Order: sequence, then C-alpha cells, then structure tokens
Amino acid sequence: MKRLLWIAWMLVPALGVAQPLRVGSKQFTESVILAELARGEARRAGIEVEHRRELGGTAILWSALQHGAIDAYPEYTGTLTQELLKDIAPDAGIDALRARLAPMGIGITDSLGFDDNYAIGMREQRAEQLGIRRIGDLAAHPELRLGFSNEFMDRGDGWPGLRQRYGLPSTQVKGLDHALSYRALASGAVDATDLYSTDAEIAYYHLRVLQDDRHYFPRYQAVFLYRLALERQSPAFVTALKRLVGQIDEPAMRRMNAQAKLEGQREADIAARFLDLPVDGHEDGFWQRLLHRTGEHVSLAAASLALAVLFAIPLGIVAARWRRLGQLVIGLTGILQTVPSLAMFVFMIPLFGIGAWPALAALFLYSLLPIVRNTHAGLLDIPLELRESAAALGLPWRTRLTRVELPLATRSILAGIKTASVINVGTATLAALIGAGGYGQPILTGIRLNDVGLILEGAVPAAVLAMLVQWLFEGIERWLTPRGLRMTARE
Amino acid sequence: MVESMAMSSPQPDQPPRRAADFALREVTKHYNGVSALEQVSLSFAAGSTTALIGGSGAGKSTVLRLLLGLDWPDAGTVSAWGEPLQRDHLLALRQRVGYVIQEGGLFPHLTTLGNLALQPRYLGWPAERIRQRAHELAELARLPLDALARYPAELSGGQRQRVALMRGLMADPDALLLDEPLGALDPIVRHELQDELKRIFCELGKTVIVVTHDLAEAAWFADRLVLLREGRVVQDGRYEDLRDRPADAFVHAFIHAQRALPGGAA
Repeated sequence: MKRLLWIAWMLVPALGVAQPLRVGSKQFTESVILAELARGEARRAGIEVEHRRELGGTAILWSALQHGAIDAYPEYTGTLTQELLKDIAPDAGIDALRARLAPMGIGITDSLGFDDNYAIGMREQRAEQLGIRRIGDLAAHPELRLGFSNEFMDRGDGWPGLRQRYGLPSTQVKGLDHALSYRALASGAVDATDLYSTDAEIAYYHLRVLQDDRHYFPRYQAVFLYRLALERQSPAFVTALKRLVGQIDEPAMRRMNAQAKLEGQREADIAARFLDLPVDGHEDGFWQRLLHRTGEHVSLAAASLALAVLFAIPLGIVAARWRRLGQLVIGLTGILQTVPSLAMFVFMIPLFGIGAWPALAALFLYSLLPIVRNTHAGLLDIPLELRESAAALGLPWRTRLTRVELPLATRSILAGIKTASVINVGTATLAALIGAGGYGQPILTGIRLNDVGLILEGAVPAAVLAMLVQWLFEGIERWLTPRGLRMTARE
Repeated sequence: MVESMAMSSPQPDQPPRRAADFALREVTKHYNGVSALEQVSLSFAAGSTTALIGGSGAGKSTVLRLLLGLDWPDAGTVSAWGEPLQRDHLLALRQRVGYVIQEGGLFPHLTTLGNLALQPRYLGWPAERIRQRAHELAELARLPLDALARYPAELSGGQRQRVALMRGLMADPDALLLDEPLGALDPIVRHELQDELKRIFCELGKTVIVVTHDLAEAAWFADRLVLLREGRVVQDGRYEDLRDRPADAFVHAFIHAQRALPGGAA
C-alpha cells in the first residue's frame, strides 16, 4: 500500500512542473502529421514543443484548448461551424470564425493550404476516358455505378442533397461500407465513390477527385487553433505556426498521409522531410517501448487503485454503519460507474487538463464502486450473532470494527479490490485517448494506421497484465484471509 | 484455589465490585409489532441463579438482551446494580457481565486464545496475564490446553461451547447471562456440560441467569424457575412449586410435557 502511494506521489512532478508548449492532435493520421509539422516549425524557431498525440477526438481537444491543457491543435473550419460553434453560419469564412473565437481566448490561423472535404472520386483512367473533371460532368453519364458509404447515403448533406444540387440522373446507386468503397472502386465494381479529399488512398489507387464546382460540400479548411494568450507569452511560437499557412496543398497532404498510412513512416520524420529539417532517426526499440508503456500503464492503474482503496473502504464502512447514508453513497458511486469513459475523460479536462492526472481521476472514480459495495456487503453479511457477541463483550465500535468486523469482511473487500483492479487495467487502455499513454497508445495508433501488429503490441501486454493482476490478487487473498476463515467447520 | 482465582485482580479504575443485581419493571418490548414482553416485572438478586424457561417465542432471550442493552424496552425500565441502564454506560456494564449464546458466537478468524484475549486486551491486560487467565479457565472448563491454539472450526461442538463460556468469564464478570448455552449439543456432551456448568456456578458465586427450554436442565441449574409464555410471566418459583401448585393449565402441561420413558424409568 505504501509503495502504491509512493508511485502516486512520484507522478506529481512528472505532470505538474515542467511546462513546455503543447500541441495536440486527434486520433487520425492527418492530424498527427499536422501537429508534427507545427512542432517542426517551432523547433526551427528554437522552441521546444511537446506533442500530445492521438487524443480521443474533437471534444477532448476543444475542451483541452479552452482550459489551457494544450496550446494549439489542427482543426477544420467545417468542424468549427458544424459541430463546435452552434451559432454561426455553416459557410462562415475564417475571418468570421476569428471574430467569433477571439472572445473565447482562441486564435485561428489562415488556411494551411488545403481542404479536407467530402469529395467524389473516380479512377483516374476511367475519368480521363469519359472526360470527367467536375461533379457536374456526372450528369452526362447516368449509366455510371455509384457506391457511397452508408453514412453518406443517409445524411441530408450527403447524396440526396448532392443529387439535387447537380441534378444527377444516376439510378445505379448503392450503399457500401466505407472500408470497402476504395477496394470496390479499384476493382471496378463501382465507378465513383465518396471520399475525403486528402485520403492517402487517393494516390495509392490513382484516383481523380472531382471538382465541386457548385460548392455543394461545406469547406473543411485546415487551420491551427491556438490560445490567444500565446501572442503575448510566446509570440515566436505563433509566428512559427503561421509560417505553415498556405504551405500545404492537397496533393502534398495526400502524399504525407500516404507515407504514414501506406508506407509506415513515422509522422515526425514525414514532417521533418517536408520542412527540410534534419530527420531524427532515433526510434525506441520494442522492449524499450514496452517498458515505457508498462510503466505508464501500471502506475496509472496502481495509483488510481491505491487511492480508491484509501477512500472506498472508509466509505463502505460508513455506508454499512449508517444505512440511509449507505444507500446514497452506493447510489452515487453506481452512477459514476455508468458514465461512459470518454465522457468521464472530457469532464475531467476542466479540472485536471490532459495527461495522466485526469486519467488517474477517472480510473479512481471507476474503482470506487466495486470496493465500496463489497466493503458494505462484507460488513453487513457478518452474522448478527457475531456482531452482537462483539458488542456484548463491551468493546467500543472502533475495536469491534478493526478486530472483528473488518477481518471477517476481508474476503469480500479483497474481491472488490480485485474486481476494481482488473477493470482498471482494462479501462487504463482508454486513458491514451486523453494523452496518458500506456498500452492504449499503440492500440490507438494501430487502429489509425490499420496496423494489426501495432494493435497487438498494446492489446497483448494489457491482457497479460490483467491476468497477472488477477493472479497476484489471488495470492494476496490467500495471504490476507485469516486462517480460521479458510477452514470449514467440523461437525 | 478456584475461589482465589475468581476473585483475582479487580480493575483498579473500576468501582469496588459487588455481585450484580438486575431488575425489569413493567417492561414491554415489541419487535416489528410482534410482542416479545408484555408488562414484565422481574428482579434477580445478587448471587442468585435463575432459569428462564418457556417455549420458543416466549420472550426468554429478550430478557437477557434487554439486560445487556442489546435491545431497549418500548416501555418500562431496566436496571442493573440498582441503576437504570444508560446508553453511555453500556460498555462498562457489558464488561462486567459475561454473555454466552447458543453455538458460542465465537469469532472464526481468531484462535481460541484470540477469542479469549479480545476483551482483556481491550481492557489493557498484559499478554502474560491473559495467557495465565486462559490457562486457569481452561482448567475450570476442562478444555485441553492445546485447544487454545486452534481455530473454532477445528474444535468440537462441546469444546466450542466451553470456549464461549471461558470467553464470558475472562474478565471475571459479576454476572453471567447464558442463552441456551447447551442448545446445540448432542445429549451426552450436553449432560456432561450440565454437570460442569452447575459446578462452575456453585464455585463462582456469581449472579447467573440461564435461558433454556429444557425443564430438567433448568431445575438442575437453578433453585428459581421463571416460566414465560407469550411475553408474560406465568409462574415464578421453585421447581416443586411449579410441579405441585401449577398456576394454570399451561404450567401443568409444560411440566408434564417431558415424555416418560418406556418401562417407567424416567
């Protein structure tokens, strides 16, 4: 127990003190590369920047930026108008966005030079053959077979609107799974499909992106969002960010995406090459990575568990002593358990920023219920005659609790701690979504790059750790359960 | 020798000892609307041995629970040593009263010695004194010494009951309340322990109240029998009084409920 507390204590300086600038990225390749580009430009200006990579989605980054847990991250204008800011015209330009964001303390760069829009793509060869360059050209070819992702088929701003805007007569339209649409297109099973305009596959499958000449799709211009306070605190960094403005066109971005996704190059190297910076070839070996992640994962799970034990056992005792209060305590911890982990992480950002702290807090809250409930149940399950025998000896409540009731509830309490720890090891893989690292990191990257080997690099150790924890606790249980409780009464 | 042991080392910080006397005055107690005692008045003189008898649900155990403050009366007063029970003084009261229940109520996570040591350790006795007292009581209760290191699960039913009695006697209480102390034992062990309990009661000279549903056992232990029925005292007297002058038909029936053995050798 003491050791676990030490680990928790040692996490403090690692998280709180040194404060280099932090750039965040979402869990898809383009976002990671853009963040690396920002880091590269900053490095050129002599500014050390930390990259909090692959955070769990727009909500987390947006919240983290607002609360100063990160200083900048790449975003798209379409996401701002469609999702993040409800009260702005869907076609608002960057100037309008800048005016809207400034009061929130958020700055926005001009476009980096490309849009990542919904688009319609065809095989280059086929398009050339039919002379199709723009979406409008499809109207002349009703015989073409169109295959769209199911989401695109259903959305109001997807196929139904597109068909109306361009007056497309096509009749041969079917829904596909997005993962299959590129292969369907490449094999000639369909002639055109929906895609994102910077997808790596566009170059790989030699596709042509048709021009949206009637501006049907909302624009998703790539920009950087940053904390406006940096314009005073670190103007050189803002200048470095702005140096990327207009530098990356669609083919360049597509090429870089392909280098990461299809060729398996490291995002940092891709960014360095693009910026003509020296490539830092150093990469940790497998065992080094594993050790590092194991450290992150175990300390996260162990520290949160230790904290939970510290709070949950007293809570369980209180709940068992005062029934009314007990119902309340168990109800509340039960509600905590139902909060989805991603939502829990988002709630934690205003309090703890991103990284290990909010993950620790979330895991702590998740660990409470099994321990509180089992402590409570273990104490209440003690036969009445034993509780009364202790009372009849004239022992005060505290002595009864420590000498009789807690030892008798040991098994139940340990079972609760064991449940909490196994849940913790599993849930800690999600902590990578909030920048806490651990085994979840290679899983996230592996999913993003569709790299099964990388996924296993996180999933296998996580499973092994869960088994080790289970096994460890069985040992502890055997060791801590009073000997007299392990015997069955003789007749 | 046993006498001197029983009187040994009173607590320096406690008032001078005297055998306990208890009284219930007009006590009524209900559990969830079900009556356990109705307007019962009883007193137990210092140094006396009394048996509470009656069928199950007659309210016998409730009397003991009220005397220990494990339950509180709905009406009436309970007093010990002439003083009404007060919640703030319960610990001191319980430390001076031994309580033994059916099956013993031993703590399964502690050895015999651990069970015995719980109360005296809280009272601040040094380990050596606890060990010494445990050995004295093992002799009194005829418990083999090697049973002191065993867990309750490793003891026989009779041994468990002996340990429960020893635990009740550890701090040399002024009174002993026993609730069906032999209820769970087989007839031979039970018979043997009846003899020993009687001997112990005689030797110690404490105020003893024993609850039993067994008339012969009650008559064996105590001069005074109190017969309860549905929460009321039906008759209070010597065995001969109950037998020869039963207060009503129920007492008569209760006395004669003992089955005569075939051949008349009751």
